Amino acid sequence: MTARRVFVPRDAAARAAGADAVAAAIAGEAARRGLDLEVVRTGSRGMLWLEPLVEVDTPEGRVAFGPVSRRDVSGLFDAGFLSGADHALGQGPVARMPWMMRQQRVTFARTGIVDPLSLADYRAHGGLGGLHKALAMTGAQIVEAVTQSGLRGRGGAGFPTGIKWKTVHDAAADRKYVVCNADEGDSGTFADRMVMEGDPFMLIEGMAIAGLAAGATTGFIYIRSEYPDAIATMSGAVAAAGQAGLLGDSVLGSGRAFRIEVRVGAGAYICGEETSLLESLEGRRGIVRAKPPIPALKGLFGQPTIVNNVLSLAAVPWILAHGAQAYADLGMGRSRGTLPVQLGGNVRRGGLVELAFGVSLRDIVMEFGGGTRSGRPVRAVQVGGPLGAYLPASQLDTPLDYEALAAIGGMVGHGGIVVFDDEADMARQARFAFAFCAAESCGKCTPCRIGATRGVEVMDRIIAGIDRDANLSLLEDLNQLMTDASLCAMGGLTPMPVRSALRHFPEDFRRPALPRAAE
Amino acid sequence: MPAYPAWDADAARALIAERAHLDGAMLPVLHALQERFGHVPREAVPLVAEALNVSRADVHGVVTFYHDFKDAPFAGRVVRLCRAEACQASGCEALVDFLHGRGVPLDERPAHARVAVETVYCLGLCASGPAALVDGEPVARLDPARLAALCEGAAVEAVREMVP
Ligand SMILES: Cc1cc2nc3c(=O)[nH]c(=O)nc-3n(C[C@H](O)[C@H](O)[C@H](O)COP(=O)(O)O)c2cc1C
Ligand code: SF4
Ligand code: FES
Repeated sequence: MTARRVFVPRDAAARAAGADAVAAAIAGEAARRGLDLEVVRTGSRGMLWLEPLVEVDTPEGRVAFGPVSRRDVSGLFDAGFLSGADHALGQGPVARMPWMMRQQRVTFARTGIVDPLSLADYRAHGGLGGLHKALAMTGAQIVEAVTQSGLRGRGGAGFPTGIKWKTVHDAAADRKYVVCNADEGDSGTFADRMVMEGDPFMLIEGMAIAGLAAGATTGFIYIRSEYPDAIATMSGAVAAAGQAGLLGDSVLGSGRAFRIEVRVGAGAYICGEETSLLESLEGRRGIVRAKPPIPALKGLFGQPTIVNNVLSLAAVPWILAHGAQAYADLGMGRSRGTLPVQLGGNVRRGGLVELAFGVSLRDIVMEFGGGTRSGRPVRAVQVGGPLGAYLPASQLDTPLDYEALAAIGGMVGHGGIVVFDDEADMARQARFAFAFCAAESCGKCTPCRIGATRGVEVMDRIIAGIDRDANLSLLEDLNQLMTDASLCAMGGLTPMPVRSALRHFPEDFRRPALPRAAE
Repeated sequence: MPAYPAWDADAARALIAERAHLDGAMLPVLHALQERFGHVPREAVPLVAEALNVSRADVHGVVTFYHDFKDAPFAGRVVRLCRAEACQASGCEALVDFLHGRGVPLDERPAHARVAVETVYCLGLCASGPAALVDGEPVARLDPARLAALCEGAAVEAVREMVP
């Protein structure tokens, strides 16, 4: 008889909540009871409020218990959790949990289920199907499939992935590159991290397909240093893929080469901007390059380069395996496929929700999220990272869709939603937007470098109640200048959170100036 | 807590040589030096410049551009506290006030201190904030008691298990 299996996540969010101690306690308790039991460390299902979420195999599928602490372990054994018996922490079969039932998991179909470093698991759960198909196609055919799928870049700008790939495919050069942007600097986002920690072979497969499409034989994954767990798992997966012949001189025995190197950032938000990232990969300061030339024509080391976000590349294996049309059938308007939404901040049930484009913010925040963790009313959500807009509760019926959000002055960005309750001070959030820009600006252009610092000063005066009308009009001039004259979206979009805060929460910019209680 | 070795030019040369062949070797080289010595020693700059065929000013420019590269080692525990939006919404600024109240400086590495608390913007733990990386180990749902325990040197696993 094979050993019973218990699944405990190794995702950083689960480890942060004590998953390592839980895994060790389960193994220890099993040994004490003389049970033959294997503890498998997986990625996370994305129900982060339940971490550590422990699962067991049963005839009705995987049954979950959470949040489990080390102290709960012997009681779980006593209750018979190994056969799915009920317990106060029991969540029932995962497939019947409301949070999971309502999702359309395409990119995150395997995350939380498989051992992220087991290629056998990956294959058994449908992995490599896309790459096998791609190996039988021409580069142009792969590009066409990605174009037909309607996939748009998930890193923030939403640029059609197929068009980018076609440009690199059509460029004549001896050397081309595939660069995966795993800098995931946007606050409130963690989907890239969860892919790398939970299903890294999917990203490797996507990059290999990109290499075949473009005629590139070398790929780099640039991971931010703030993600030590992702760096470790991704590096382990790249090494395992090399040993198994998935990467190397002859990808899956095809005679076509593709290699990947993992590179680690060094604490600079701007290195998520693609040209800054390329500078950094080449070994220089992460100063933004003027475009044109676009990276697709002159990218890494001056060669044609596909630069894509983790989620964009990770969507490609599914698209090839299931067909472009199946992907395009999901979504609405010009936003096709699924969006992995990352729900965080002051929210009762935070985590990862993957759904076809078009779901409303309200559905995500109230139905999935259950409102605020503090129990107070939702006052604002920031959508799309630190450069995204603050939206009031009254706009929660907006659908998540590139165009719908743009129409109300916001953006999807990388799909992060941060919830704030009614204690949030939106003038302070506006000040922070400038402070963040000042701290992380690459310094190349004046509107951003100087403008952000001026913005902090102006906000300080507004908050302090000094000459408010004059300073509010100065603020608007500054916003306009940064929007119009910044070289990249760091300076160019910092006004988005500022202006949206001012538009929707003007009362916060007019509050009587009180010293902060703690100061 | 790490105790870093003194400057050793031969060891540094070896670290550099192992990576100099990489395309874009600069960051891998600097990370390796920092991991070994706890900082990028000034003495290493000319060695890196020579091995990578760039000017010393270029190396210096890179070292100073990136927040991660430090100019002095720190032997204590480093708590990188997230102060980005999702953690703000979960109360990280109250923790900053709490540290102030206890006289723990932020974003400084006082010599001989047992702990340094530094600002970081997002650790990808945004649904479980306020979050921190403690010598590289993730900790979530920080509150004053947990943060105080971390500052007093409690084991990370023990802090993770503290009932909020
Ligand atoms: C300031 C700034 C930060 C960015 N950070 C990221 C990031 O962390 N990850 C990412 O994938 N794209 C980021 N981007 C977008 C990239 O420049 C680029 O559009 C993206 O990597 C392209 O991949 P995609 O088409 O798959 O989205 C950033 C852009 C700007 C202006
Ligand atoms: S807008 Fe800011 S980050 Fe972008 S190039 Fe200019 S200075 Fe650099
Ligand atoms: S905002 Fe704090 S971990 Fe993401």
